[in-house]
Amino acid sequence: MSYELIGISVLWMFLFGYIIIASIDFGAGFFNAYSVLTNKQHIISNIIQRYLSPVWEVTNVFLVFFFVGIVGFFPSTAYFYGTILLVPASISVVLLAIRGSYYAFSTYGKLKSNFWTYLYGFSGLFIPASLSIVLTISEGGFVYIEDSRIILDYLTLFTSPLTWSIVILSLTSVLYISAVFLTWYASVAKDEPATELMRKYALSWSLPAILTATGIIVELRMHNPEHFARLVDLWWMFLISFVLFLITTRLIWLRRSYGLAFHVLVFQFLIAFFAYGISHYPYLLYPHLTITEGFTSEAMAIALIIAFVAGFCLLIPSVLLILRLFLLNKDYIQGKIK
Amino acid sequence: MDNEQAVLYSRMLTELTLTFHIIYATVGVGIPLLIFIAQWLGIKRQDEHYILLARRWTRGYIITVAVGVVTGTAIGLQLNLLWPTFMELAGNAIALPLFMETFAFFFEAIFLGIYLYTWDRFEDQRKHMLILIPVAIGASCSAIFITMVNSFMNSPQGFEIANGNLINVQPILAMFNPSMPTKVAHVLATAYMTSAFILASIGAYRMLKGSNHVYHKKALLLTIKVGLVFSIAAAVIGDFAGKYLAEYQPEKLAAMEWHFDTEESASLTLFGILQNGDEVKYSIKIPYALSILAHGTPTAEVIGLDKFPAENIPPLYIHYLFNIMVMIGMGVTFLGLVYLIGKFLKKKFIHRRFFLWLIVASGPLSMIAIEAGWWLAEVGRQPWVLRGILRTEDAATTSDQVDLMLYLFIGLYIVLGLASAIVLVRMFRSNPIERELADRKGGG
Repeated sequence: MSYELIGISVLWMFLFGYIIIASIDFGAGFFNAYSVLTNKQHIISNIIQRYLSPVWEVTNVFLVFFFVGIVGFFPSTAYFYGTILLVPASISVVLLAIRGSYYAFSTYGKLKSNFWTYLYGFSGLFIPASLSIVLTISEGGFVYIEDSRIILDYLTLFTSPLTWSIVILSLTSVLYISAVFLTWYASVAKDEPATELMRKYALSWSLPAILTATGIIVELRMHNPEHFARLVDLWWMFLISFVLFLITTRLIWLRRSYGLAFHVLVFQFLIAFFAYGISHYPYLLYPHLTITEGFTSEAMAIALIIAFVAGFCLLIPSVLLILRLFLLNKDYIQGKIK
Repeated sequence: MDNEQAVLYSRMLTELTLTFHIIYATVGVGIPLLIFIAQWLGIKRQDEHYILLARRWTRGYIITVAVGVVTGTAIGLQLNLLWPTFMELAGNAIALPLFMETFAFFFEAIFLGIYLYTWDRFEDQRKHMLILIPVAIGASCSAIFITMVNSFMNSPQGFEIANGNLINVQPILAMFNPSMPTKVAHVLATAYMTSAFILASIGAYRMLKGSNHVYHKKALLLTIKVGLVFSIAAAVIGDFAGKYLAEYQPEKLAAMEWHFDTEESASLTLFGILQNGDEVKYSIKIPYALSILAHGTPTAEVIGLDKFPAENIPPLYIHYLFNIMVMIGMGVTFLGLVYLIGKFLKKKFIHRRFFLWLIVASGPLSMIAIEAGWWLAEVGRQPWVLRGILRTEDAATTSDQVDLMLYLFIGLYIVLGLASAIVLVRMFRSNPIERELADRKGGG
């Protein structure tokens, strides 16, 4: 396997990790705010707080990891995407900043007010929307080069149906992933009412999520036929993904094995995400930048891979420790220990 | 927007973000060490006051960490958004330390989460203390790696340039560049020093406001001891940094010392005001001092600004920044020394109001010195973004919306700055140490 393929696979994996963890986080914030709005706070707030508190910081790291990694392995992305994304990425940063810090302020600083809960919950929905713009742009057609300046055509971007399809897909999947996870989490906590409520949310977001995902494929056929053709070649991966989707919803419908349901969901998204990624190969920004053009020197690639392996030897035990202490610790989840 | 304006706004936005981030990043690096020391003393001496110190510092620390994390994410992304050409070039050479910095950050984030949520989980406080070690190591390592990136910008090496492309990249050589040792050491020492004096300020302030608890006296003694050790270290390293500059970046040294003409037995210019470009007024000259500072011998030749073309000379106002940094550094070192001598001789004056006010001032002053030092280091590198390789005006984004983004982030930092200050003040005002001690006794 060539170094650039290792690089992009690792980064794609990380982006996937961020999407799952951040989805849970954004969705949890939203459901929390929504429960305050509908006076159901007493049912799910406890569960959500107990999950979010020890990991809110770790979530952010995944994002930083991804963008530092991509600039490391593919320095040219800094030039292309850096120039294009000034406005959308800055807006994401501001939203992430407000969200992250107000979480800490209200949790540790006792800044208790429903206003912050709403701000936290609803800003969480704008972040996936603003970040997913990158996926739209990478499909090509919105960027042109004039006098060796790279320019993003906002008008075409915001009037394209593809843009809005991807935005809606990001919203529905965030809510779906999060609801399935929290159903499982609440059931481990033996919190019946919270489980029931989250199960209802999970089921009601499952259909919109799968419909919008299918919609993207149709949109791509119009927007980028070449990419669409490669997606169709990978039909079997999407089929597996769809079957896994059916298994998850079925399990939740039957109120059985919520843990298994969540894991199947992760695999469903993993397969679809990698199928999408493979079909995008070899472009980082269609048609201006491919992964071979943008790749760093071999010496740096080797150094980065070594750093990566070493870093992981350090991180994996740490992540296992945090899982053992909090997320997989029944006593903690059930509130028996702090 | 033309290129000149884009460069100006990009510089302003980067400066704004860094200036704001550095406040939180500095305490982010230093405070874990102090929390660790307090917790360790508490266990060793079986003294609940130190454990409480660790606990209360941690509670405030988490608020600063939150802002540090989000502004750190902001500067990380902004480097790519505002300086795409620079990041493309530099990404080829210094991706390794950038990457390692995120690992260190990850490591710290994980263990900080664990530390915060296991206060009452372990019977044995020593286990809990062990969790602080990775937090402190992670925090310091982030500073080390990111400073390596910055030092690369001052003394780039580890690659060759052919037709505008970087070839023969040697990542390790790029990391261990000539300015790295002094920069890293100075950043760490001043971060520990500043954090210690900020915590000392808080203790002194509580005493001024009438809390005469022994807890604050213990806090003061501990923080000032740590602050003094690291302020002395910072001064020693600062001297090495001067020698580094004389060797590798003489134009920066000459600009910050207002050393116009190359000469032997050069004298050091303290204070002063610059008029008409090269007329220095109201300054104090210390004979031979600059030669000693630069080369260690009183008669050595020091290169002056006359050796450089005008377009390669950094702005001369960095002299003022240098004075601010050094004066504050010496001031707080002296203050720490007087306090400890006073304490040793059991003199009463160290708990008098005027002296406590001086201690209150030491924390914010140290932070001003940190900011002045960073502005000095960064402006002193102008007009280069990569010294000798890439000029700042060629590195900025070509995007048209930089001014709007500047206003957006000004708004963000005002909100974050005010909110974090309000939250911190409220947190401690509503729960003074006396009450927390009483609560702990009551609750067992």
